[in-house]
Amino acid sequence: MKILVCISKAPDTTSKIAFSQGNTVFDENGVQYIVNPYDEWYALVRALEIKETIGGEVTIITVGSANDDAIMRKALAIGADAAVRVDADPKDAYFTASQIADFAKTEGFDLIFTGKETINFNGSQVGGMIAELLDLPFVSLASKLDLNGETIQLEREIAGGVELIEVNIPVVVSCAKGMAEQRIPNMRGIMAARTKPLKVISPTAVEELTSYVSFVTPAAKSTVKIIDASNMDELVRLLHQEAKVI
Amino acid sequence: MVLVYISSNNGIAKSVVETITYARKLSDDVVVITTGAASQDDLAQLGKYGASSVKVDRAILGGDSQQLSRLISSLALSLSADTVLFSHDVIGKAVAPRVSVQLKAGLVSGAIALPEENGSIKVNVFSGKAMGFVHVKSAVKIISLLPNSIPAELNGSNCPVEEINGDAGAALIKVISVKRPEGDIPLPEAELVVSAGRGMKGPENWGMIENLASALGAATACSRPVADIGWRPHHEHVGQTGVAIRPNLYIAIGISGAIQHLAGVNGSKVIVVVNTDSEAPFFKAADYGVIGDAFDVIPKLTEAVKKFKSLNN
Ligand SMILES: Cc1cc2nc3c(=O)[nH]c(=O)nc-3n(C[C@H](O)[C@H](O)[C@H](O)COP(=O)(O)OP(=O)(O)OC[C@H]3O[C@@H](n4cnc5c(N)ncnc54)[C@H](O)[C@@H]3O)c2cc1C
Ligand SMILES: Nc1ncnc2c1ncn2[C@@H]1O[C@H](COP(=O)(O)O)[C@@H](O)[C@H]1O
Repeated sequence: MKILVCISKAPDTTSKIAFSQGNTVFDENGVQYIVNPYDEWYALVRALEIKETIGGEVTIITVGSANDDAIMRKALAIGADAAVRVDADPKDAYFTASQIADFAKTEGFDLIFTGKETINFNGSQVGGMIAELLDLPFVSLASKLDLNGETIQLEREIAGGVELIEVNIPVVVSCAKGMAEQRIPNMRGIMAARTKPLKVISPTAVEELTSYVSFVTPAAKSTVKIIDASNMDELVRLLHQEAKVI
Repeated sequence: MVLVYISSNNGIAKSVVETITYARKLSDDVVVITTGAASQDDLAQLGKYGASSVKVDRAILGGDSQQLSRLISSLALSLSADTVLFSHDVIGKAVAPRVSVQLKAGLVSGAIALPEENGSIKVNVFSGKAMGFVHVKSAVKIISLLPNSIPAELNGSNCPVEEINGDAGAALIKVISVKRPEGDIPLPEAELVVSAGRGMKGPENWGMIENLASALGAATACSRPVADIGWRPHHEHVGQTGVAIRPNLYIAIGISGAIQHLAGVNGSKVIVVVNTDSEAPFFKAADYGVIGDAFDVIPKLTEAVKKFKSLNN
C-alpha cells in the first residue's frame, strides 16, 4: 500500500496570536510550530498502522519553507518512511493542493490522507481540492478506516450521526478524531529520522485564488459579572432581560 | 445571481435558512439547488427566506462529493452564477473545495459575516483566536457560511420548485448504513449549549447536566479530557481539536478554560461559567460567572430555569 500523508505546520496550541505590519501578517515572534494535530495524531498514525499490518510505504508531503524541516523530521521520527517538501510559501488552499496533486499525479498512491483541517486557517479545503485535481473520490471527516483488499470501509461524521461507507482505492481521506491514537516518537525513531530521505522539490506555477487582506483579534470581554451562587433566579433574569439569550 | 446548495435530506435545518438569508442579502436572484427526498412543500417554503426558485435532483441520494460538485458546477455555469454558496457543514466541507477547483473560483470557507465594503469576507482563523478578511481574486466566488453566523430572516413567499435531471455521473462512494443518536440536538446547530468538564468528577454525575440542558432546550457538550476518558461521547468534545461552536449561550460547568477549550467556544455570544475556583481562567472569557460547587449550583439553576419557563409560557 502506497500512502501519502499531507503534513502541515501549525502554531503550538498555546501560542499568543498577534499580527504585525498593520495587522496584515501573522506575528511569528516567539511562536513554536508543531505538526498540525489532525495530521499527526490521526492521518499519519493511521497510515503507519496500515503499513504495519499489510506492508507498504508512507510518504509525507509538506508545502513550506526550510523552517518546516523540523516538523517533517518529527513526522519521520513517528515512523514515516520518506518526506517530500515543496519549497514554497503555502499561500492559499488552491495553490497548496495543486502542488500536492502535481507531485502525487505520477506516483500512484493508493491512499492520500490529510487532516480534518489546519488549526491556524481551519479551512478544510486542501483535501477536497487534491481529490478534485486528481479526479478521485473524497471522504471528508473520517473517524474510522478499515481496509479490505481494494475496498475500504470508513465511518464519517454527518449532520447528527455517523455514516458507514465503502469506496475503492485510490481515494483521498481527511482524517478526524477517532481514526487513531497519538504516538510519541521514541529515541530509536528520532535517531532513524535523521537519515531518512527528505527530498526538496520546486513548486509548479499556479495562481492563487484567494488571499488574506488583514486580521483582527476579538475584542476582550468586558469584565465578568459575578452572580451569587444562591441566587440562580437572578442569573436567569439576566440571561433573559439583559443578555436576551433565553 | 447566487446559486445556493442546501442539503435537505433531514428536513430543512436552521443552517439552510441562514444560508438562503445570506444569499438574499447578496442578490435578489437566488436559485437553490438540492438533492434527495425533501417534500415539494418544504422546498417551496424556502421562498420565504429569499429563494427565487428551487431546483431538486431526486436521483442523487447521498453526499458523494464528486456527484454533487458536478451537479452544482454545471448549474453555476449555465446560470452564470457569480457566487456559489454552501453551509460550512460536512457536505459543504467536502463539496465546496471541488467546486472551487472545477470553476477555478476562490473559496472562502467558514464565512462569519456578509462581505465588507472592499469585498473581503470575514472568517475565523487560529481556531477562533482571531478573524481574517479573505479577498477572492477570481470573478466567481465560492462561500461556505459557518452555521449560526447570521440570523435567518423571513422576507418573501413560497417559490416555484422544479424537478431536474442534473448531469452528475455515478457515485463512487457507497453508503452502507447510518447511525443516528436519538433525540439529540446536533451541536453545531444548537443555539443554547450546556457543557461540562472534569469538575463533574465522573460520568454518573451527568444527570444534572442533562436536566439543565433539557430544561433550557439546549444541547450538551464537554471538554476534551471528558471525551478522552470516555465519560461522554466523542462528538460532544468542543475546542480546538473538537467541534467549534458559536451558540447564543454557552454554559461551562467545571471546565477550567484552557486556551484550547476556549478556542472552540469563544465565538459564543454569551458565556456563563460555573466553577469552584474563582481563579479559573474561564472567568476571564465569561459574561456571567458563578463561583460555587456545580453539585449545589446546577440543580438550583435548573429549578430557576423551570420556574422562568412556566411563567413565560
Ligand atoms: C494540542 C492540544 C489540544 C487540545 N484541544 C482541546 C480541545 O479541543 N478541547 C478541550 O476542552 N481541551 C483541549 N485540550 C486540553 C486542555 O488543555 C485542557 O487540559 C482541558 O480543556 C481541561 O479540561 P477541563 O477543564 O474539563 O479539566 P480541568 O482542567 O481539570 O478543570 C476542571 C475544572 O473544574 C473545576 N471544578 C472542580 N470541581 C468542581 C465543582 N464541584 N464544581 C464546579 N467546578 C469544579 C476546577 O476548579 C477546574 O477549573 C487540548 C490540549 C492540547 C495540548
Ligand atoms: N502547507 C501544507 N502542506 C501539506 N499539507 C497541507 C498544507 N496545508 C494544509 N495541508 C493538509 O490539508 C489539510 C487541511 O488543511 P486546510 O484546508 O488548511 O484546513 C491539513 O490537515 C493538511 O493535511
